[in-house]
Amino acid sequence: MREKRDMETQSIVTRPSPPDAVDLRRRPGSGENRLAAIAAGAAVPADIHAGVFASPAVLDIENFNLWYGQKQALFDLTLPIPRGKVTALIGPSGCGKSTLLRSVNRLNDLIDSVRIEGDMRLNGDSIYGRSVDVIELRRRMGMVFQKSNPFPMSIFENVVYPLRIDGERNRNVLQEVCERSLRGAALWDEVRDRLGESALGLSGGQQQRLCIARAIAAEPEVLLMDEPCSALDPIATAKIEELIAALRGEYSILIVTHNMQQASRVSDDTAFMYLGRLIEYGPTVEIFTRPHLRETEDYITGRFG
Amino acid sequence: MSAGAVTTGLAGDRAAGDPAAPPLASRQRRAARRARSAVTLLAQGEPMLWLTGGGLVVAGAMIVGLVALIVWQGALTFWPAPVVSITTADGRTVWGEITRRDVFKPDPSLMGSLAPQARAAAGRELSASGGRLARRLVRSGNFELSGEHFTWVSDYEIAPDGEARPRWALVVERRSWGRFYGEPVAYLEDGKVVATDAAAVWRAVRSAQPAVLARVARQRDLERREMDRLNTRVEKARLAVRQAELDHGRDSAAWRQAVAAASRIETAMGQAFADLTDRIDALKRENERSVVRLRTGDGREADLALGDIVRAYPANQLDGAAKWGVYLSRWREFLADEPREANSEGGVFPAIFGTIVMTLVMSALVVPFGVLAALYLREYAKTGPLVAAVRISINNLAGVPSIVFGVVGLGFFCYLAGGAIDQAFFAARLPNPTYGTGGLLWASLTLALLTLPVVIVATEEALAAVPGSLREGSYACGASKWQTIQRIVLPRALPGIMTGAILAMARGAGEVAPLMLVGAVKLAPELPLDGVAPFLHPERSFMHLGFHIYDLGFQSQNSEAAKPMVFTTTLLLVAIITGLNLAAIWLRARLRRRFAAGHF
Repeated sequence: MREKRDMETQSIVTRPSPPDAVDLRRRPGSGENRLAAIAAGAAVPADIHAGVFASPAVLDIENFNLWYGQKQALFDLTLPIPRGKVTALIGPSGCGKSTLLRSVNRLNDLIDSVRIEGDMRLNGDSIYGRSVDVIELRRRMGMVFQKSNPFPMSIFENVVYPLRIDGERNRNVLQEVCERSLRGAALWDEVRDRLGESALGLSGGQQQRLCIARAIAAEPEVLLMDEPCSALDPIATAKIEELIAALRGEYSILIVTHNMQQASRVSDDTAFMYLGRLIEYGPTVEIFTRPHLRETEDYITGRFG
Repeated sequence: MSAGAVTTGLAGDRAAGDPAAPPLASRQRRAARRARSAVTLLAQGEPMLWLTGGGLVVAGAMIVGLVALIVWQGALTFWPAPVVSITTADGRTVWGEITRRDVFKPDPSLMGSLAPQARAAAGRELSASGGRLARRLVRSGNFELSGEHFTWVSDYEIAPDGEARPRWALVVERRSWGRFYGEPVAYLEDGKVVATDAAAVWRAVRSAQPAVLARVARQRDLERREMDRLNTRVEKARLAVRQAELDHGRDSAAWRQAVAAASRIETAMGQAFADLTDRIDALKRENERSVVRLRTGDGREADLALGDIVRAYPANQLDGAAKWGVYLSRWREFLADEPREANSEGGVFPAIFGTIVMTLVMSALVVPFGVLAALYLREYAKTGPLVAAVRISINNLAGVPSIVFGVVGLGFFCYLAGGAIDQAFFAARLPNPTYGTGGLLWASLTLALLTLPVVIVATEEALAAVPGSLREGSYACGASKWQTIQRIVLPRALPGIMTGAILAMARGAGEVAPLMLVGAVKLAPELPLDGVAPFLHPERSFMHLGFHIYDLGFQSQNSEAAKPMVFTTTLLLVAIITGLNLAAIWLRARLRRRFAAGHF
């Protein structure tokens, strides 16, 4: 896997960074200056590596702004999410990673005070367009949350929930989807004998994998993961990471994580955000080994954030 | 790197400055404060401990006392007491059960009016007890002979060795005139004396009783059901005539037809009535053939037909098992039979039945409405001043005195809505109201209104307690709002909703004041649910345990006899409500186990 990624890196044509960004980087102590400028409200352009444009985008985020009431949380985000790859969103707490993720399947609509500008496109279809059916849209995506949220029903019913709400009654179809999803979430062997039992009896890691199985049951075009391992122990985390690695290629995954190692291990591309702005976005190998910006390096090495 | 170094340096500086502070003076002040606080009792919390603990003890004692009083008095009502014979110094003899003893301060004029012997006894007692005399209340029965059910007997009146427990004293509970106390002297069949020895008479009574009781039941069945059926048919024909008159006018063809039909039915029913009356009379005569002759304590004799006797037992010969037998048979009668003697005797079955049916109908009305309202408030309505105002109003509704709901129920439901229904559908029966008066439906609706806030508040809280993560998970799967509510939120909130519903049931079952206005009655001739189509009769007035207690306690002519029944009925009502609450707790625990397992 490592070689594969290196090969991809070689094929990348590095897009020249904007001249002012280069200047900032060269200056001593520039990291604080740029972050301080952002904190002061200045619009600093993002540094997007050319590598992320190499494959076609499943999701295009275009000049996306979001406000919670009067407070702006996302500033003019523009980034493509490549198809069939794992894209990690990193950044310090409160930088808007989760907000961005929840904007993709319009979960933020549930909050009355949220206002947005700009648009996103899922395989070319507008997400925030006037005539979009939100329910239809959400069926094209799957989402895994920070804290596992199995429904208070049986394991089987949990997995086939997306089909049930579509009105699917055919027992054979449901069983097939259930098995396929549970196998996909590497949970089948552990629960095959107790599909009728309550999902709440599973362990924390199993519950999270169950939620992944539920998320992929309807064959989503994008899988959104909001810190899926933050409430799990290292072993369960390792299993989920293996699972993400196995799902790569079949699904396009957008994952929010606080864990730098996890981002470097599981993702193909990494976007670094700070205070609602995109700072740097590029192939993970480049971001973690040769970041263009000093701030990115400082964050990744744990010097701030 | 440089940034890190700067921070470390700053922290180091601050740490270096730390040990010098605080200055000496402030340290002394703090020490002084600490020394003071160590001796303050308040600071140790002891008074609060005693105050709060005392509050709990007082509350607990009141509740335990109340429950203990109700249970003790209520449970003892049916225990068969021995019959004592008390002979006074002036030669009176009273037989009966002692129900109560107390002491009283005699009127000064009393002593002058007493016979010398009694005056001496009273004087001795007065000086011994500090100016008070003891007396006892004897349930002496035999109302038709003595004109009273109870007799006070003062201790000083009793002749020496004046107390005894006559071996063959019978307690006879009758369908009318209350209890009778006396010993059997003869058993008569068709006016001929069959047995005269007390034991033989008692044996004869025992052997004849089952058949007699069966005939009584049959007679009541005929009077009730058969008579009712005939009445209903006649009434129906009469109503058809009236309806035809209303629809087509007098002298119309339809009207003439209805009149003809009614007269035909009336003739046929008249014959049936006569037959029925004959059969009832035959049963009555059969029951009057067997008579037991009893001699009371003061030597008078009375003949009691076996058909009038509900229960009889030789109170002073009962062993433990027999006492339990009487006790349980009285409880059975209490729970399963209808009241007699102006509710002070017999059972409360119609009241239990009315209470339960009313409560169920009320629940069936209040739970759907309450849950729907709460769903809208919590899931659909946008928070704002209007929703806040509605919520405050609902909470205020819970504080409105229940009699106000009774007035609303009477004015709006009974008179307005019921009046309109009568005009529209039951015009033929007017001026007799059908729905235009108190009844089961209106009582249930009134109580539903009363308990609506309980259900709404409980449901709202249960809905709010459903984790947002579950809703989000459901939405993220592409579920619509209603699908999320129906499949995720409601099942999860069900235990809380159930709790609210059953608390509302308990509240409704125990409510009396509004029912007095909208349909509870002292004695309902018919149950609101019976075998006659359409089975549930929502327009009928009904009996209710709470109202029954009020009626027994304040409206009874024989208040001494009714008093123990008040306690027993209260015990029953408390037991029913406790049962409902226990059911709520059990249900909630069950549902909670289903949903709460394995949350980490």
